[in-house]
Amino acid sequence: MTVQEVRLCGLLLQQHFGNVVEKVGTHLIRSGVLTLRALAYETKLPLDLVKKSLCVLVQHGMCTFGAGRRGPAGPVEYRINCESIIHMLRYPRYIYTAKSLYGDTGELIVEEILQRGQMTMSSTVRTVADRLTNNMPEGQSMDYSEVVSAFSRLVETHFLQRCPPLASAGSSSSTLDTPLPAATQPTEPESHPDCYKLPYINLTGQGKRRRSSEGGEADQRAAKKARTDNSECGDDGIHWQVNFQRFHLHFRDQAIISAVSCKLDQSSSEIVRTMLRMSEVTTPAHAAFTQALSSNEIFRALQSSYNIARPNLDQYLSLLVDDPMEFVGKTGDSGGGMYVVNLHRALANLARATLESVVQERFGSRSARIFRLLLRKRHLEQKQVEDFAMIPAKEAKDMLYTLLSENLVQLQEIPKTPDYAPSRTFYLYTVNQLPTARLLLQHCYKTVCNLIERRLYETKENKRLLEKSQRIEAILASLQATEAEAAQLTEVEEMITVPERQQLESLRHHINKLDSSENQVDESIFLLESYIKSTQASR
Amino acid sequence: MAGRGRGQLTFSVEIVGIGKGENLPPSSVQPTPLFPPLDQKPVPLQTGEEAEYMLALKQEFRGAMKTLPFYIRPAAPKKDVERYSDKYQKIETSDHSLEWKPDWRRFPKELRVREKRPLRDKSPAVPKQPKQPRVDKEEIIRKLETLEQKEEDGSSDEEEGEKKKPQEEEAEGEEEYDEEEFEDETDYIMSYFDNGEEFGGDSDENVDEAIY
Repeated sequence: MTVQEVRLCGLLLQQHFGNVVEKVGTHLIRSGVLTLRALAYETKLPLDLVKKSLCVLVQHGMCTFGAGRRGPAGPVEYRINCESIIHMLRYPRYIYTAKSLYGDTGELIVEEILQRGQMTMSSTVRTVADRLTNNMPEGQSMDYSEVVSAFSRLVETHFLQRCPPLASAGSSSSTLDTPLPAATQPTEPESHPDCYKLPYINLTGQGKRRRSSEGGEADQRAAKKARTDNSECGDDGIHWQVNFQRFHLHFRDQAIISAVSCKLDQSSSEIVRTMLRMSEVTTPAHAAFTQALSSNEIFRALQSSYNIARPNLDQYLSLLVDDPMEFVGKTGDSGGGMYVVNLHRALANLARATLESVVQERFGSRSARIFRLLLRKRHLEQKQVEDFAMIPAKEAKDMLYTLLSENLVQLQEIPKTPDYAPSRTFYLYTVNQLPTARLLLQHCYKTVCNLIERRLYETKENKRLLEKSQRIEAILASLQATEAEAAQLTEVEEMITVPERQQLESLRHHINKLDSSENQVDESIFLLESYIKSTQASR
Repeated sequence: MAGRGRGQLTFSVEIVGIGKGENLPPSSVQPTPLFPPLDQKPVPLQTGEEAEYMLALKQEFRGAMKTLPFYIRPAAPKKDVERYSDKYQKIETSDHSLEWKPDWRRFPKELRVREKRPLRDKSPAVPKQPKQPRVDKEEIIRKLETLEQKEEDGSSDEEEGEKKKPQEEEAEGEEEYDEEEFEDETDYIMSYFDNGEEFGGDSDENVDEAIY
């Protein structure tokens, strides 16, 4: 794990789970694999807190445990999964995607499961129905069956999956401890045959509106009742988690479709969308290209609303194939032409566009020209760079050295003689896309860390002011509940002076800016990560 | 790669493009500044409904996670002196009904934290049993002592009665005053002792008895 990744994981754990979990998590990331006793000893935290933190991490799928190096008789060892911690940056995007595909119900289901890590179907349905009922006008309530149908649709399209079972789950009554699977080979959720099978539950009813007058008593009773009802619904022990990989495939498809629509036009992007949808189920996760589809099949699958006639379809397909971005490739002539979507090449092109735009925004358009030139021509000498880029020698030199010092461009030596004499060696400038993408990915992680730390700093600086405004809001709310006079309300509002109000406003503005910057950097992180993974898978 | 100075490079600088006697920028001897001046201004952030909705989702998610039981706060630091208000503050924080109960079949057994709740129904029954014989013993000891006191005081009662006759007014006044005082304010002490004699009056003689 790189330094920036560890720092980012620590900040994300602290934001969502508190300082204790952050300490435990970062220590475990740095040490690799540890037992419970070793972890408690090295972090110098009380054993109870360490146990609770590990429970929280295991619940959210960020920590895996298994039999250690001493075999099944030895102590259990724990290991952190850094990727799933970094996915926390992308949670808003997952929730938003669920909303756009399956409406408010889908959005709330995914949000609840992300907040709690794993949940059973019945508890999810109940919680979501209650939340929806609270937002509805008085007198209406959400029926459980609607939520169940939204849940089933999410499972059918593989956005939700069952949590992988443990080996020792079935034998809790045996006296000997059955061996847990070794910590080095976690069971893949997809290897379980019932991964996407919905359990049969008999759950009927409607969401309950939470009445504020009943207070905490009703909540306590409801919570206890929910727990005892779980086992009666027939899906005890079957927990569901979010399938991040499926969401990532969806984002990748979205990125390709929007790139095609930017480069060509709307109709071509619809054709590519149809091709991707047809090959959703048949293409494995990190495949380099989709299954071959014939032109006839594509025509049949095209929605009539797009209004694309048969000869137009063929023209569009040939345009897509001839495009230098190489999104679509032709693999044969049977059935009117066999076409595939080149996933790996599309991702590589998207990553390349990201790199080029970073150089352009950082160093100017002429440096970007040199960078693009080196990407295309691979190896060039100093003189050739000046000639091809049509930039005067001095400026080209300056720009090249800046890029070299930032490590975006590398120098390659090619000797003419075995003794590497300087006068008899070629020195060529070159850009390697994969290492440069990795470098930029680490820069992105560092950027997000800096954004989070700046946000924490701003919040800490203005803590007094924020607390004051919260207290005043609470006072106002209680006054309004008891229907006080307008004079009292204005008096309370005036407790915050005008310059303080301005300060609060600017603080809110800054924090919003920092948060949305994090979201935007996460988009670049996703593109670069997918490109790197796809390259590694295709090797 | 550059060696210790321009004169000691491993390759001829002409090839890389630096001519002879040309002015190179001075080599830097400090780390780069923390906030370097930007030549190009960054591109403005994306705005629009989608960006704002995701921003709201992010902030709500963060706020919600703080209220869930997964947010573990470190134990409060122990104060140097025990304060009276600690007794009342501690009860507010333990809200067991909203705590999260994981499915222990999916977790290793060693992570299970066994909590000792003093409010559980079963627990008072268990410690009562070992306490009861002790209580019985204490009661028996006390009863024996009071009986002893009664015997001794019973014998000295007659003596006191004779002694106090000359000191009727004062002693009785004192006794009455003492008794009344004790009856009014500290009534229960009289019934607690239950020996009918004055409180602490004859205690000079009975040094080996326990003084309550």
